[in-house]
Amino acid sequence: MTQGSNTRPLSPRRGEGQGEGLTRRELGAAGLSLLFASRTSASSTNRTLVVVFLRGGVDGLAMIPPKDRDYEALRPNLRDEAPLELDRSFGLHPSMSALQLLFTQKRLAVVHAVGQLRPSRSHFDAQDFLESGLAGEKGADGWLNRALQSLPGGGAFTAVAVQNGVPYALQGAQPIVAFPSLRDFRVAPGQAQSFEQLYAAAVDEALKVRGAEAFSGLQAAKGLAALEPKNGAVYPKGQLGRRLQDIARLVHGDVGLKIAATELGGFDTHLGQRQALAPRLKELADGLAAFATDLGERLSDVCLVTVTEFGRTARENGTRGTDHGTASAMLALGGAVKGGRVAGDWPGLAAAQLHEGRDLRVTLDVRAVLAEALSSHLGIPSERALPGVKPSRTLFG
Amino acid sequence: MLAFPIPANGWDRGKQAQHLLSRAAFGPSAADRARVEQLSPGGWLDEQLKPGADAELEAKLAAHYPTLSLTVTQALEQYPSIADRAKELGVQDKEEVKAMMASRPYELPRQLVLELTQAKLMRAVKSRRQLEEVLVDFWFNHFNVSAEKGKVRWLLPSYERDAIRPHVLGRFRDLLGATARHPAMLIYLDNWRSRASGLNENYARELLELHTLGVDAGYTQEDVREAARVLSGWSLEGKGSDDWGDFKYRRRAHDTGEKRVFGLVLPAGGQMDDGERLLDWLAQHPKTARHLCFKLAQKFVSDAPPPALVEALAAEYLRTGGDLRAVYAALFGSRAFWSDEAFGAKTKTPLELVVSSVRAVGDLTLVQPQLVKAIEAMGQPLYRATPPTGWAEVAASWVSAGALVSRINFGLKLAKNDMPGVQVPLASLPAGDPELVVDALAMQLLGAPLSPDSRETVLSAARADRDPRVIAGLLIGSPEFQKQ
Repeated sequence: MTQGSNTRPLSPRRGEGQGEGLTRRELGAAGLSLLFASRTSASSTNRTLVVVFLRGGVDGLAMIPPKDRDYEALRPNLRDEAPLELDRSFGLHPSMSALQLLFTQKRLAVVHAVGQLRPSRSHFDAQDFLESGLAGEKGADGWLNRALQSLPGGGAFTAVAVQNGVPYALQGAQPIVAFPSLRDFRVAPGQAQSFEQLYAAAVDEALKVRGAEAFSGLQAAKGLAALEPKNGAVYPKGQLGRRLQDIARLVHGDVGLKIAATELGGFDTHLGQRQALAPRLKELADGLAAFATDLGERLSDVCLVTVTEFGRTARENGTRGTDHGTASAMLALGGAVKGGRVAGDWPGLAAAQLHEGRDLRVTLDVRAVLAEALSSHLGIPSERALPGVKPSRTLFG
Repeated sequence: MLAFPIPANGWDRGKQAQHLLSRAAFGPSAADRARVEQLSPGGWLDEQLKPGADAELEAKLAAHYPTLSLTVTQALEQYPSIADRAKELGVQDKEEVKAMMASRPYELPRQLVLELTQAKLMRAVKSRRQLEEVLVDFWFNHFNVSAEKGKVRWLLPSYERDAIRPHVLGRFRDLLGATARHPAMLIYLDNWRSRASGLNENYARELLELHTLGVDAGYTQEDVREAARVLSGWSLEGKGSDDWGDFKYRRRAHDTGEKRVFGLVLPAGGQMDDGERLLDWLAQHPKTARHLCFKLAQKFVSDAPPPALVEALAAEYLRTGGDLRAVYAALFGSRAFWSDEAFGAKTKTPLELVVSSVRAVGDLTLVQPQLVKAIEAMGQPLYRATPPTGWAEVAASWVSAGALVSRINFGLKLAKNDMPGVQVPLASLPAGDPELVVDALAMQLLGAPLSPDSRETVLSAARADRDPRVIAGLLIGSPEFQKQ
C-alpha cells in the first residue's frame, strides 16, 4: 500500500460507540481518528493515569510496521519477518503478541506518527522537552507535576513514580513519592518517628519535602507490597513487570492514586536492532498485558500511555540499526480509550514525505494527546500542565 | 615550597577541612583530617594535585581483585560468556553451563564488573590519592560507558585503567583521544561498525553533545553527520560480527571525501588523521571549554555554579591548552569554591553517601557485595548507567522518598555493624551521658554541631535508647549528612 496523503486516517474507524456510556464524537477537521470515549467528570474521582516513558527513542516503525512498499525499501535488512496483524494498514512487532488480544478487545489503541513539534535528536534535550511539557523548552517543573495542581489530592500516593529518582515530568511543587520498589519502602518502626522529626526540621528544602513525602507514604504503603496479582496475572521477569505490578497494587489498595509514572530503557537501537529491540518490546507487551489482567475491572479506571523522546530514522543505518529520528508511535491502554485502532495521520514514507529527508514526519503533537488524557480521563483542564495546546480527539471519542 | 593559595574566608581550620574533604575527597576521614591539619588545606591540595604512588593500596587491590590487571584479550579469554562457554563445552542447557562456570576457573563474566566495583569502593574509602579517585569517577561519568551494553563489561577494567585514570590530572585532549580509541567506547556508542558506506552517527553525536561542545553549542544535524564521516573506519580488530579486539583503523571503511564539521574543514583524501584533527579542533574549542568547566564547577561548587566562575575556569582551560590540573587549581583557589554559599550546598550521590559514612565512622576491610547493593538500592548501580549522559550531578535526581528510605536504612544497618566487610568500632565514644555521645558523634560525622532542633530529636532518641549505634544510624540517615 502506498501512503500518498498527509492527512488520511490510519485505519478505518470501527466499533465506535460500542463501549458502555461512550459518547460518540465526530472526526475533527484535521482528520484525526477518535479513540477515547469521554465520560462525565463526576466519575473521574477514582481515575488513574499511568505514563510509561520508553527511554532511548522507540522505533515506532518497527513496533507498529506499516504495510507499505516504501517501508520495505527503507529497511532491506531490518524488517521483522512476520509482523502480527493489527489492521489492513499496520502490523504489530512479532514479539508483542501479548497485546494483540487487548487490541482486538478494543482496550488498546495505537497512535502513529506522533511526536514533538519542536523536536530534538539529542536524547537529553528531547526527553527534557517532553517531560517539561513546554514544547522545545525546559522549565522549573514537569508537566505531570503541574497537572497535580488541578487534582484533588492530599493523600501520600496521589502521584507516584515507581523508579529510581523523581523523573523530570513529576518534579515540581506538588508532593509526589518515588521509589523503585514497594517491598523495600519501609523503615524500622523504632526509628521512623525520629527520622520523621529530623526531616521535618531539615534546612535543605528538597530533603524536607521529600522526607515528608516519604513518611506519609510509609504509612500508606503498609501491607501493599504483599498483595498478589489478581485474575491469574503473570508479570514478566524484569524491572518493568515488577514496577507495573507495584502500580497495580496501589490501584487495588485504593490509596487515591491519580498519576503514576515508570520507565523502561534500552530503546536506543543503533546497531543490530532486530536482536536488541525484540526483547525490550516483549518485556513491554507482556508487562502491559499482565497489568491489564491484574487490574481486571479496575482497568476501566486506569488509562496507561507510553511516550518516548523521539522515533528513529526511517531508513536503516549502516549497522543494521537506526539513528535518532523524529516521530514514533505510542500505545494507550485501558480507561475509556477507544481501542482496536491505529490512530493519527499517516504521513507516508516516500522520499518527499520524510522529515528532513530521513525521519517519519510528526503529524500529531504528543502534547495534544497527553492533554487529551488529562482532560478526558482525569477530567482536569490541561492548559496549566501543557500550555498552548488543545487536547486532541485521538484517544477518547 | 609555597602551599597552594587559598582565599581568606573567615572559616576556622575545622570548617575548611570539612569543606575541602567533602568535595576534593570522598568525605572526611580521621586520617585525612589529620593530614589537612598537618599540611594546611593548601598543602593538602598541592599533594593531591601531584600525588605520589599509594603502593600499599595497589598491592592490596592486586591481591584481592586479580581481574583489575587483565588486558582486554585476557578478560575475553578467561571470562567467556555463557553462550561461548556452552558452545565450547557442547552443553545445551544454559543453567548447567552457569553452574559449571560458577566455580573457578570458570567464573562468570560478571565477576569482572564486581571486582571493578569492589576496587572502586576500596579506593574511594582508602586511597590517599582522594582527589584522583573523585576525578576518575567524574571523568568516567563524563565519558560514560555501561556494562549493560554488548561486550563492554569485558572492557571496563581496561577502560578505567588505561583510558581514564592516566589522564585525569593531565590534558583533556589526551583523555578525549584515549576514550575515542578505546574498544569500550567504540562498542558502547557503536562507532566500530560505522563505515563510509554505512554510517552510524551515535558516537559522533555524543562526542559533540556530551564529550566536548555541549548540546547548546549551535551545531546542526549536518555537523553530526559530517563528524560521523570523519570518524568512519575507527574500529576494532576482529572479523565479522565478533565485536571485540583492540582499536584498529580500517582504511577501506573511511570516508575520504571532504568534510566540514562546525567550522572545521577537512580536505578530501584524509585518513585516520581526519579523526585526530577533529578531536584537536573540538578539544580547543571555546564551547568545549565552557561545557567542561560548567560541569566541573557544578561538581565541585554547586548545582547552579556562578557564571563568572565558569568563565574564569574556561579562560584558564583555553590559556593552558586544556591542562586539567591548571583548571582544578583555578577551581580550588577560587572564592566561589570557598564561599559560604558553597558550604554544604551539594547533595551526596549514593556513592558519596556510602563512602563518606564508611570513611567517617568505619573501617573497610573487604568490599562485600552487600555494600555494592546498598548503593544500587539508592539508585546508582555502579558501572551500569545505561544512557551516555551517565549519572546526573544535581540533587533533584537523587532525592526521592524511596531513595531517602534506602539511605536511612543503610545508615541504621551500617551503624549496627550489620554491613559485611565494614567495622564500625565506636569505641572512642564517651560512655554514659547521652549529650556527650550525641555531640561527639555529630562532630565525627558532620564536622559541626547539630542544629538545635536536630540535636533535640536525636537526644530524645538517645535517652530512650542508649545504644550509640542507634544514634550513629540516625545521624547517617539525617538530612545534614546527606549534604556535603
